[in-house]
Amino acid sequence: MTRDWPLYEVFVRGKRGLNHVHVGSLHAADDAMALTHARDLYTRRNEGVSIWVVRSEHIAASTRDEKDPFFAPSADKVYRHPTFYDIPDDVPHI
Amino acid sequence: MSDDHVYLSLAEGHDDSDARWAFGTGFEDPLHGVDQTVPEGTDSAQLAAYCLALGDDALVSAQRLAQWCTAAPELEEEVALANIGLDLLGQTRLLYARAGQVDGTGRGEDAYAYFRDAEDFRNVRLAELPDGDFAFAVTRLLVLSSWRLALFERLATTASDPVLAAIAAKGVKELAYHRQYAAEWVVRLGDGTEESQRRTRDALAAIAPYVDELFADDGELRIEVLAVLRQVTDAAGLVLPEVAPVPGHGRDGDRTEHLAPLLAELQSVARADPEATW
Repeated sequence: MTRDWPLYEVFVRGKRGLNHVHVGSLHAADDAMALTHARDLYTRRNEGVSIWVVRSEHIAASTRDEKDPFFAPSADKVYRHPTFYDIPDDVPHI
Repeated sequence: MSDDHVYLSLAEGHDDSDARWAFGTGFEDPLHGVDQTVPEGTDSAQLAAYCLALGDDALVSAQRLAQWCTAAPELEEEVALANIGLDLLGQTRLLYARAGQVDGTGRGEDAYAYFRDAEDFRNVRLAELPDGDFAFAVTRLLVLSSWRLALFERLATTASDPVLAAIAAKGVKELAYHRQYAAEWVVRLGDGTEESQRRTRDALAAIAPYVDELFADDGELRIEVLAVLRQVTDAAGLVLPEVAPVPGHGRDGDRTEHLAPLLAELQSVARADPEATW
């Protein structure tokens, strides 16, 4: 029964993607079942080459209240962006 | 990866020409580059009948799996069973198309699926038995996918018809997953609660009389498939009972009473309006 199955978060890496991307969540009894469910629910349209699943409860998340102290201080520090360099055309993914 | 939209990032790097797909491009035609002419020395009638029989197995199985839609114990399982059904439906379409090419009638896949009656079907009878419960569904799936996988692995390398070999090669990857999915569930149920174990044991008992029919007289195939099944049932703490097979043979046109109602539902729309296109 659903209420007994824990929630998992699913991350899929696309065919030529560089990293796993969070695509959604699902219920499963354990890790093995979560992987098969993720395969069936989130890679049906030929999206992925690799799947990660993790129990939702194992994810520590920042909260809304922390939004300003966490993220606002970086908003005015333009010098942290590498915009002052010429980036060669053949260097992708910067 | 600057874009944090899920599917845009997944689609990144795909061909621009396929831009109309939001994601998941790069589809492959399983018959691309395969010579469609029937090789010399092949008995066309026999090849067509064989493709048809393998197609019937898959069509009837797909319909049974589709019947779990809105009825599966979990949403995730419902999608899984429907996915597996769609894989099998894809195999059906390729096999029917090949049968129509080879038997010289040029019939399309719809003619075989929708406009034949139960007595014209040649599927193994295990495929048409109704699903009592989820345990039966996954146990039957385990038996059928283990058998079909062994068969397709063989056909992929030894079939004299290159099209049938290509269809089998495509099917092998799908069937390997079907078997894994079903095996995980049979072990889980057999090794689960008292009730799940009882239901899975009952499923094996109901399936056992129909197992013999899968192998016809192919002793090698029987040994290979039964060894796989035993591995799973051992892990599940269960046994596939050795019982007398039911008389008759699905490949010869012997049917249970369950196929006709299944086909009535499957064919109702197409027969109500035979001119309809979709």
